[in-house]
Amino acid sequence: MRPIRDIAVVAFAQSDHRRTSDELSEVEMLLPVLHEVLDRTGLKAGDIGFTCSGSTDYLAGRAFSFTMALDGVGAWPPISESHVEMDGAWALYEAWTKLLTGDADTALVYSYGKSSPGSVRDVLTRQLDPYYVAPLWPDSVALAALQARALVDAGETDEPELATIAARSRASAATNPHAQLRGPVPHGDHLVRPLRTGDCPPIGDGAAAVILAAGDRARELCERPAWIRGIDHRIEAHSLGVRDLTDSPSTRLAAERAGAFDRPVDTAELHAPFTSQEVVLRKALRLGDDVRVNPSGGALAANPIMAAGLIRIGEAAARVHRGESDRALAHATSGPCLQQNLVAVLEGDAR
Amino acid sequence: MSKEPVAVVGIGQTKHVAARRDVSIAGLVREAALRALADAELTWADIDAVVIGKAPDFFEGVMMPELYLADALGATGKPMLRVHTAGSVGGSTALVATNLVAGRVHGTVLTLAYEKQSESNAMWGLSLPVPFQQPLLAGAGGFFAPHVRAYMRRTGAPDAVGSLVAYKDRRNALKNPYAHLHEHDITLEKVQASPMLWDPIRYSETCPSSDGACAMVLTDRAGAARSPRPPAWMHGGAMRSEPTLFAGKDFVSPQAGKDCAADVYRQAGIADPRRDIDAVEMYVPFSWYEPMWLENLGFADEGEGWKLTESGVTELEGDLPVNMSGGVLSTNPIGASGMIRFAEAALQVRGQAGEHQVDGARRVLGHAYGGGSQFFSMWLVGTEPPTS
Repeated sequence: MRPIRDIAVVAFAQSDHRRTSDELSEVEMLLPVLHEVLDRTGLKAGDIGFTCSGSTDYLAGRAFSFTMALDGVGAWPPISESHVEMDGAWALYEAWTKLLTGDADTALVYSYGKSSPGSVRDVLTRQLDPYYVAPLWPDSVALAALQARALVDAGETDEPELATIAARSRASAATNPHAQLRGPVPHGDHLVRPLRTGDCPPIGDGAAAVILAAGDRARELCERPAWIRGIDHRIEAHSLGVRDLTDSPSTRLAAERAGAFDRPVDTAELHAPFTSQEVVLRKALRLGDDVRVNPSGGALAANPIMAAGLIRIGEAAARVHRGESDRALAHATSGPCLQQNLVAVLEGDAR
Repeated sequence: MSKEPVAVVGIGQTKHVAARRDVSIAGLVREAALRALADAELTWADIDAVVIGKAPDFFEGVMMPELYLADALGATGKPMLRVHTAGSVGGSTALVATNLVAGRVHGTVLTLAYEKQSESNAMWGLSLPVPFQQPLLAGAGGFFAPHVRAYMRRTGAPDAVGSLVAYKDRRNALKNPYAHLHEHDITLEKVQASPMLWDPIRYSETCPSSDGACAMVLTDRAGAARSPRPPAWMHGGAMRSEPTLFAGKDFVSPQAGKDCAADVYRQAGIADPRRDIDAVEMYVPFSWYEPMWLENLGFADEGEGWKLTESGVTELEGDLPVNMSGGVLSTNPIGASGMIRFAEAALQVRGQAGEHQVDGARRVLGHAYGGGSQFFSMWLVGTEPPTS
C-alpha cells in the first residue's frame, strides 16, 4: 500500500567507524555527524520539525544515556523529540510515521553506538530471555554460528561461499572512507565453527544521521530525493528453538508490505553482520545476481551497533541521491539471528 | 491530507503492587494486554502492531526487552516498536502508537508500558556512575528536592501544601482498585509526621516502587464504530524536550512543559485550560509537583498553583480534580506511570473510572514528564470525536 504522503531521505552523514574512540564521548562522536547532515540541506537544528534517535544504554553503561546526546542536537528552544531503544532504522520509521500525520515536514534521525568500552559479545547476551537463556550467557557469535551451521547442514551454503561474501564486502568497502575494514582482510581461523573471524563483523564505534522531508520540501532540500516508497518491519518469536534459522519470514513479510517485490531493485544494502546472514536475507528478499548487494561493504566492513541499520538506509539513499541507483532496498535487523527486520524501498525520480 | 482520528477502545492495567512474584516480566505485560483486549472485545488477531515502552533497561537488567516480550504480546509476525524517553516514556509510547493510526499505517494498535521494580534497583539505575556525573545525588528525590524548595521560595507557598497533595492522592487511591498503596488509615497528621527524606519532601510525599503494566488499544474511526463501549477520542497530543542542564533553565516551570501544553491546547481548541478541561491526570512523583505543574500547564497563573491545591479545587469533588486515580504518589511502575496517566484520562471520558469517576468529565488531560524535568508528553482526550 502506498503511503499517504511522499516522504524522502534528503541527506545522510556518518562518522568514520573505528575500533575505539576512547578520546571521544558519545556526544563528541555524534556532533560532527549532526552538523554534516544539516549542512548538506542548509537546515539549522531549529528548522527541524521532529527529531528521533536510536541508541541503547547497555553500550553506554549508564541509564538515560540518550539524554546527553540530546545536548549535541541543541534542544533549545525545546524541540519535538522522541527516542527508541532500537537501531536508528526504527527511529527513522517513527519519524516517517510522524511526517505521515502531517504534524511535521522535516525530521532529523540519528543513532550511535560505542562498542569499544565493553565486551560486546557478552553485552548482547543481556538481550536474551532473562529467565531461561541469558543466565547461560550464549554470546552473539555463538548464536550466529548456530544459524550458520543450520544453513550448512541444510545445503544452503558452505564455508567457501561465506568466505566469498566476506571478501566481496571488504573489497567493496575499499572505496568507502568511513568503513572500518577495507580491502583484503585475512579470513582467519574459526571463531565459533563454522564461522571464521572473517565471517564476523568488526567491533567498533560510530554514528549516523539522516534527514527526512515530505513532498515539495524534499525537492527543495535535495536535487534527487530518495523517496520512501514503502517501509515496514516485523518481529519473530524470540526463542531460537521455535524458529527456522535458515529462513527469515519476517524479512519477507516486511519486504512484501514495503512493496519490494512489486518491481526489481538495482541495489540492496543489507544489515547482515555475519556472512551467513546475507545468505538468509538474499533468499528471503529474492535478490538475483544482478542486484548490487552492499556496495558500501555492509556491516561486515563497519558495524557500529544501533547505527548499522540506519547506515544501510543512508547508504542506499545516498546512491539514489548520486544517481547510482533508481530503486534500492535497505534492510535493518535487531535481536539474535535476525529476530526483527525492517525493509525500506527507496526510489529516485526518473532521470 | 487530514489525520485519521484516533480512539481509545480498550484499557487494561494490572493490580499494581510492590512485588508480583507470581509472574515473570512476560506474564506481567500479558496480563495488562489481555485486559485491554477484553475491554475492547478484541483478540490478538485484531491487533496490527505493538508499541511498547519502559524506563531504562538497567532497571530489570534486560537489554531491549521487547525482543524477549514479542511472543507474550502476540507480536510475532507484526511490527513492534520500543520507545524510551525517560519518565515520560509511558505517554510518549502511547503517542508513537497514535501516529501509526493517525498516519493511516495501521487500523488497530496495542500500546503497553511496564516496570517490574521488584526485579530491579531503581536507586542504582538512577545514580549515574563517575565519570558521567559527580556522585552528589541519591535517586530522583535528591534531584528534585532543590527544585521544590525553589518553588516554595519563589511563591511563598505554605509548608503544608505538599502534605495536602499526598493526603488527597492517597485517599483517591482508596477508590481505585488498581492502585498500589491502599492506606485505609491515612490521616493528614500521619503524612505530616512521616520522616523527612529529601528536605522538604517527606516519606509520605514520595511515590512508591511498583510492579505494574498498563495497556491500551488504539484504533481508527472504523474501529471505534465497532467498539462495544464508549471510546475516548484523542483531541491533541505532543512531546517536547529540552536539555538536562543549561544556563537559564527554569527547573520549577520548564519551557518544554509550557510549549508541550500549548501545542496540545492548540490542537484541541482549548482557549482556557482552567475552564475548558474537566480533570487532569498529571505526573506527580513528589507531592509538590501538583502545584508546580498546575502553573506549568496553564491551570493557574505563576505563583498561584498552590492556592488551587490549598483551597480544595484539585480534590476529587473539586472544580478541577487532579489525579483521581491516586496518581504516581500511589502507584509507580516507572515506565508505565506516564501511560497510566493517559489511560486514566481516557477512562474518565469513557465514564469507566468507577468510584473515582468525575461526573460529566468530557475533556481530560493526561500528562507525563521525565529526565531532569526535560521530557514532556501529553494528550487530551474527549467524549466526542474531534471536529477538525
